[in-house]
Amino acid sequence: MTTAVPAAQPRFGTAQILLALSVAILVIVVAVPVLLIFFNAFWVQGQFNVVDVIKVLSQHETYQALLNSLILASGVTVTGTIVGTFFAWLVTRTDLPFKGTMKVLFLVPFMLPSFIGALAWKMLLSPRSGYINRLFMDLLGLDGPVFDIYTYGGIILVETMYLFPFVFIQVAGALERMDPTLEESARISGADLFTITRKITIPLVMPSILSGSLLIMLYSMAHFGTVAVLGIEVGIYNIPTLIYEKIHQSAGSFASIRTGTVLASVLVVTAAFIMWLQNKVLARGKYQIIAGKSFRPSELKLRGLRVPMLLFCIAYIGFTIVLPTVTIFMVGGLRTYGLPFTAENMTLDNYKFILFDWQLTRDAIWNSVSLGFSAALITMTAGVIISYVIVKMKVRGKGILEFLGMLPFSVPGSVIALGVILAWSGKFGVNIYNTVWIILVAYIARYMAFSLKANSAALEQVHDSLVEAARASGATMWQALKDIVVPLVRPGMLAAFFLIFLPALRELTVSVLLYGPTTRTIGVAIYTLNEDGETVYSAALAGIALIIIVFGESVIKRLFKVGRKG
Amino acid sequence: MAYIELSGVTKRFGKVAAVNRLDLSIEQGECVAMLGPSGCGKTTTLRMVAGFEDLDDGEIRVGDRVISSKKKHFYLPPENRNFGMVFQAFAVWPHMSVFENVAFPLRIRKLPREEIQARAEEALKHTNLWSVAEGSPDDLSGGGKQRVALARALAIRPDVMLLDEPLSSLDPHFREEMRFEIKDLQRRFHHSILYVTHDQSEAMALSDRILVMKGGVVQQVGSPLEIYGAPANRFVFEFIGLSSFLQVALRDGRMEVAGASYAPPAPPPPELAAAGGAWLAARPNEIAFSTEGGVSGTVERKAYLGEVIDYRVRVGEAEVRVQKTRREPGPEVGETCGLIFARPRWYPLEG
Ligand SMILES: Nc1ncnc2c1ncn2[C@@H]1O[C@H](COP(=O)(O)OP(=O)(O)O)[C@@H](O)[C@H]1O
Ligand SMILES: [Mg+2]
Repeated sequence: MTTAVPAAQPRFGTAQILLALSVAILVIVVAVPVLLIFFNAFWVQGQFNVVDVIKVLSQHETYQALLNSLILASGVTVTGTIVGTFFAWLVTRTDLPFKGTMKVLFLVPFMLPSFIGALAWKMLLSPRSGYINRLFMDLLGLDGPVFDIYTYGGIILVETMYLFPFVFIQVAGALERMDPTLEESARISGADLFTITRKITIPLVMPSILSGSLLIMLYSMAHFGTVAVLGIEVGIYNIPTLIYEKIHQSAGSFASIRTGTVLASVLVVTAAFIMWLQNKVLARGKYQIIAGKSFRPSELKLRGLRVPMLLFCIAYIGFTIVLPTVTIFMVGGLRTYGLPFTAENMTLDNYKFILFDWQLTRDAIWNSVSLGFSAALITMTAGVIISYVIVKMKVRGKGILEFLGMLPFSVPGSVIALGVILAWSGKFGVNIYNTVWIILVAYIARYMAFSLKANSAALEQVHDSLVEAARASGATMWQALKDIVVPLVRPGMLAAFFLIFLPALRELTVSVLLYGPTTRTIGVAIYTLNEDGETVYSAALAGIALIIIVFGESVIKRLFKVGRKG
Repeated sequence: MAYIELSGVTKRFGKVAAVNRLDLSIEQGECVAMLGPSGCGKTTTLRMVAGFEDLDDGEIRVGDRVISSKKKHFYLPPENRNFGMVFQAFAVWPHMSVFENVAFPLRIRKLPREEIQARAEEALKHTNLWSVAEGSPDDLSGGGKQRVALARALAIRPDVMLLDEPLSSLDPHFREEMRFEIKDLQRRFHHSILYVTHDQSEAMALSDRILVMKGGVVQQVGSPLEIYGAPANRFVFEFIGLSSFLQVALRDGRMEVAGASYAPPAPPPPELAAAGGAWLAARPNEIAFSTEGGVSGTVERKAYLGEVIDYRVRVGEAEVRVQKTRREPGPEVGETCGLIFARPRWYPLEG
């Protein structure tokens, strides 16, 4: 990318057309909704108005939601960072038994939708009816719950279980790639393992730790599901849940939309700030610690702690993954919520009912599958084009596109949802509110970041000289694209497709703000059924969602394994 | 008595012996190079001396202390060995300044501040790094980083210096310069050095003795001159410098090559004569062209490499490499010529 590529300008116009197309996609899908949010927040009755924004922000309700988002996000960031770093160190730098398996298991929470987890924990630990609480109250004769999940602590705990992999994955990767001789040279210099960990290892992986924690923070700030399931009941709102409450309860009144847009603006600014911080951390901390030829990290011998540590990991996984999952399936099989789990109380009818008989849930499954598929296809295609222009083309005006391309990364789901409501409810002549189309548009905006990331990573691997060699052998620009570039970036495209399709299947934050009577998604259906007290159906649908997700993930694993071999 | 003594040192990974019954002794102030192709077990040996790997058999002693012993189940931890080590990939800590890198081992030893300052300064000055002491090692070239690693190892006044291919990550022209610097430092400080390399010229230039290794087994130990002049086997001959080989049959005091019979350039050892065949080995510049006599061959290629001319001469199935200086007369491509082996060496066919 250092020399001008003649290949990029086959004929006057092509580059410009692609650039214009890319800019148009990003403007329509992402920029306009975000701008409309700022516009609605700051532009009142024909003028720019900051006083009013401050007034909205200083209302108790909004102020408290901001504070809650901050409290919850900080709490989750701290706990998630500790848990993630500890387990990452354990599976990469010690002689823990079954390290490889453990490493895979610690990534499972990434697959599981956190609001389904929250649902399970509600069933287990809600103060009065939670199974664990009731068990202990019966067993020990307590008159209060052992643990109340409807608290800040409860929410932080549940979010931590699902978000710690952000840190885990980054730190484990850094520890694995890190040149082990960096630590060995400290050892031979006379430092013991404790000193090495403190003075060498931790400082060297600090950028990865920080970058992972910022991701947790970003995600938790904008996180809807867990707080919606565990907080709303006792009046704990964060920014996204308050936006949801405002939009839903007041049926689109001006005041509530404004509060929503102000909250959304805060969210965008915060998210952008966190993203900026993360880039800074990564750029500054780009230590050259990647391993050379030496490939043997020194393993800390746990000795007497080996088995206890293994048991601890198993207990952690059992408690955070197995227990909630089993709970979901068990509750999904109950005749009535609250009954004890005995054989005569269990049935498969719930599953049959929601899969085959009930229009609402059948619609939801169909909606999620078709929305996920179309969103993945469209976003993948758009992502290839945009990434190609950004990574490979030399064309004037690319700077705008690069800027626009950053946008999707820092726009949280609830902001996108609110933005598309503002943009597509008839104000500009198109009204698709209450249809699946508005959800589709929102999904495209929401997942554009994934597509851009996967595709540009793949394209960066394709060195310009490969195309140049094809051109030198007589291929035209389009032949070179078709025969060289496309086959090489196909894995990236495939990755992008599934990176979008799977999360879209279980999406809640966006669709919960946009759904209409017949356009529930799986996430929305699970959430609303739970709200309406249809706990067993909600759990049964959640169980089915889990099966679809796990099935999907394993298909992809297969696919990519085969792809790499072939 | 030798200062460092490895006896019967063995290391297995799974079933394969990466190092097999290795004996080596190094005197105080001596520099021994461990030389061999990639994967022959050099790094593993060095890591055992450093204390990073346990032994599967054998013992390592320094002075009168045992530092690693399979039998006694004793391993002095690396941090207590007081060795200096330099790694191939530099292993300087990017989050510390150059000075802090060098001062780190001294701080670990809880030396007084003034002494840390003085020793780090001394080490940095010896390695020409004093002017960049406050900078980040990431801003230095490969050679600069390796000098930081060297200064760091020197600062503790180690009993033994271990260097694992310290020059192979450097650009070629830095390599030569660093080679002299290391030699210089060794002369000044009289460390005992175990120096790992796969580059024979590096080993020749730096070391008092060379140990040649292959597949975890020692092939030969000796001074650079011995190793070059009298390689113990075909492998060592081929690994040290350029080489030409001819497979010959030995019968009735004569040697046969490609269907022709010649008087051997020197009498082969009786056991090879008895075996009926051998490798005839020579350095390309030890082979002369002659118009009458000598092993007959045809010149296939002739390349001018500046001062020398490189010939490839076909003798039956084999190709013999011959080098002559530009000024010496030689045959042209396609011409037949006789090859006279001035300093022939004989090696058994198997091995
Ligand atoms: N930790 C290890 N596990 C398995 N095999 C190893 C390990 N370390 C080294 N080996 C093997 O032992 C042999 C010697 O390796 P090494 O000492 O690094 O060779 P060298 O430094 O001479 O290139 C190689 O075949 C290598 O693959
Ligand atoms: Mg090595």
